[in-house]
Amino acid sequence: MVTDIGLIAVLLAFASGIYAIAASVHGARARREDWVTSARNAALIIAPLLTLSALTIIYSNLTGNYRLEYTAHVSSSATPTVLKITALWGGQNGSLLFWSWLMSIFVTGVMLRKWDNNRDLMPYVIAVTEVIQVFFLALVVLFANPFAKLWQTPTGEIGGAVFGASTLFTTLSSIGFGGIAQTLFAPPGSIPFTPADGQGLAPLLRHPGMVAHPPFLYLGFVGFTIPYAFAMAALLTGKTNDAWIRTTRRWTLMAWLFLGIGLLLGMRWAYDVLGWGGYWGWDAVENAALMPWISGTAFLHSVMIQEKRGMLKVWNMFLIILTFAQVILGTFITRTGVISSVHSFARSSIGVPFLAFTGLMLVGSVWLLLTRLDDLKSENKLDSLLSREAAFVAQNALFLIINLAVAIGTYFPIFSELIVNNKITVGAPYYDHVVGPLLAPLILLMGVAPLVSWRAASPQALGRTALTIPGPVTVVALVILFAVGIRNPWALLGMALIVYAGTVTVVEYARGVRARHRSPGEGWPMALWNLIGRNRRRYGGYLVHTGIVLMGVGVIGTHLYQQETQQALSIGQTLAIGNYQVTFRRLELVPSGQSDKKIISARVEVSEGGKPLMTLRPFQEQYTNGERMTPPALMGSMKEDLYVLLGGWEADGSLATFKVFINPLVNWLWLGGIVFILGTLVAAWPNVAEERRAWSVERRAMAPAAVRTR
Amino acid sequence: MRAKIIVGGLVVVAAVVYLIVSSIGSSAQYYLTVKELREKGQTMTGRNLRVSGFVVGDSIAYNPQLSSLSFDIVNAHDELSSTVKVNTLKIVYTGPKPDLLQHEAQAIAEGKLNPDGTFVANNLLLKCPTRYEDQLPTPTPTH
Repeated sequence: MVTDIGLIAVLLAFASGIYAIAASVHGARARREDWVTSARNAALIIAPLLTLSALTIIYSNLTGNYRLEYTAHVSSSATPTVLKITALWGGQNGSLLFWSWLMSIFVTGVMLRKWDNNRDLMPYVIAVTEVIQVFFLALVVLFANPFAKLWQTPTGEIGGAVFGASTLFTTLSSIGFGGIAQTLFAPPGSIPFTPADGQGLAPLLRHPGMVAHPPFLYLGFVGFTIPYAFAMAALLTGKTNDAWIRTTRRWTLMAWLFLGIGLLLGMRWAYDVLGWGGYWGWDAVENAALMPWISGTAFLHSVMIQEKRGMLKVWNMFLIILTFAQVILGTFITRTGVISSVHSFARSSIGVPFLAFTGLMLVGSVWLLLTRLDDLKSENKLDSLLSREAAFVAQNALFLIINLAVAIGTYFPIFSELIVNNKITVGAPYYDHVVGPLLAPLILLMGVAPLVSWRAASPQALGRTALTIPGPVTVVALVILFAVGIRNPWALLGMALIVYAGTVTVVEYARGVRARHRSPGEGWPMALWNLIGRNRRRYGGYLVHTGIVLMGVGVIGTHLYQQETQQALSIGQTLAIGNYQVTFRRLELVPSGQSDKKIISARVEVSEGGKPLMTLRPFQEQYTNGERMTPPALMGSMKEDLYVLLGGWEADGSLATFKVFINPLVNWLWLGGIVFILGTLVAAWPNVAEERRAWSVERRAMAPAAVRTR
Repeated sequence: MRAKIIVGGLVVVAAVVYLIVSSIGSSAQYYLTVKELREKGQTMTGRNLRVSGFVVGDSIAYNPQLSSLSFDIVNAHDELSSTVKVNTLKIVYTGPKPDLLQHEAQAIAEGKLNPDGTFVANNLLLKCPTRYEDQLPTPTPTH
């Protein structure tokens, strides 16, 4: 079977990973360059091997090889071709292989970079990344193997196992390795089993957003292993200068960007598919992906202080350890379902190894950090509470508090079940009450901080730049908002902060462009282009801030001003919501083009103040396996989305129930998301000349120190 | 400056702790199975609850005109087939009938317990019984 080749490839990759760890550690300790090179080659072979094994799974899904347990789960004859391919990450076992595969590609990227500047970190970077790689491959091989085939036991039960019937099953089970035994061997006497057809992906997972969402999330998760590995390598070698931060800056940004895109796609998927009118439900799985993004954001900001002022070194180490720990926990939570019930933890085969790995990783990293505390002393002190440094510290504190609050809410059911034996969950209101107020000072800081100078700012000068233009603009905006009838104090406060932070960013851009226009005499568009091009990090960062501001507008609109109604309408009857009238015209069966589903669609006419606007067709998909899906029909503008759902109907089609939402300003959220992506790309775009300059400065600074120690 | 930082930090910590504690208090939901709810009985009346169980297909009643829905859930999946259902709970809900509401589906209802023993849900979460995970193909071997 083709997948046997994939299985062999995974086993080879697993062995290469173990060899790479051993060879790199030996090479580093014995100072043997040839061993390090050998370790690097072993690490480089993993990506091609895993590519091959992932391809065999895709091939199996495409050809309908239902003998393979995984293919029988996620593929079926009715599954469209694209989804057969993306089913590689549609189920647990495949997605763990996918995770490992993406990780090997990242590692390859790191291995192929130029190592001239920090060759001594290399063996440890290999060792750390390969420990993580090997752990995930161990999960794939021993606990969640996508290459398992189906077997039928003598008692008629169906189960998956890699190697088929063997007495080893009984032996391993009897000595307490039941999970591994089940993955690898079928009970004695089992015979091969092939179902007639597979089950196929759940309909909810067939949306394009769900196809693209996991890869981006995983890319983000996996990407954070690179800065983590460099941080650990810096601690292990004692080379705790800024080299690890500078080397991984772009990797971190990309990981952060991918995670951000993953979150955005997940939100869009929820909005388009789940049909509850919102996009973020503070679900444990969502939070699990959000938390590393939050601590990663704090990290991206605080490393700037270390680069500029040599401060917060321990803090940065702590942040990257925390972020990576949350990445591993995030993968763990999404894959084991431990939050919905502690009991599912026991049932999940990968629960125990995951928890053990997370624990070891945390203890090891923190212990390493503690042994190096002396090397990580700050080179400078905080000079003033009114300085860029202080603003960054405050911002970091806020991010971490938000992270902690989300963590408390997410893990609360586990703690309460363990401690008081009562599972208590906290829902969306908890997060709204706690996180909402904390976002206000964060947005204020986002506006003010870029204006505060390093070391110590003068209050008068700051007052001038911070208030001259943004102050009046904010006041005018508030007056306008009040005049159009906005009275909710939270909305007014939030919008004021957003307008303020947005204006500061625009003014910063304008100031820079004007300066370039004046002195080098560039035309306006050229001045803007060069301004961003010459200082991508700064102006890319401002662009990200602009994206966040735009998203904030959408969040305030949908959160505080969403309208909702629900009504059963007979043909020709109308419901009213906001200024809109929604009239039910008829119910129809539309061809779906897929044999396993039918689509029932309602035709509704939307008008505003009696003026017809548009015909919408909300529908329900009914799958032959009994599943249903009700996506909304949307009429959108920058002002608001009209979000119409077909809830149910009478069999004769004379009556249908509709649920209708008005989501004000929601499209600002998606627009902000796009701006956020663009800004991060600008900030991450390589600037070769600038980086070479930074490295040579570093080397000059290092040279005398190196002489001294010798 | 150190004193300022410490005082400022303490104020912030106190505010955040207050925010978290008060919000947990007001939004805490007890997560119970039908059996646990029956055991705790009337002490749970009026509290924010989240109850999980399995849907009894025959009991689903929906009036599209009023958008009123009611159905029974049982504690465990194997109780669905038994004739005497010990731990059942009647759920009433106003809103469109969820797509996944069907026999054997796992349901989580959020809401409050009425003194008459019915559960008034303001939110329903359903998990389809035939999700691809944790479920193996039915044994219909090919030749």
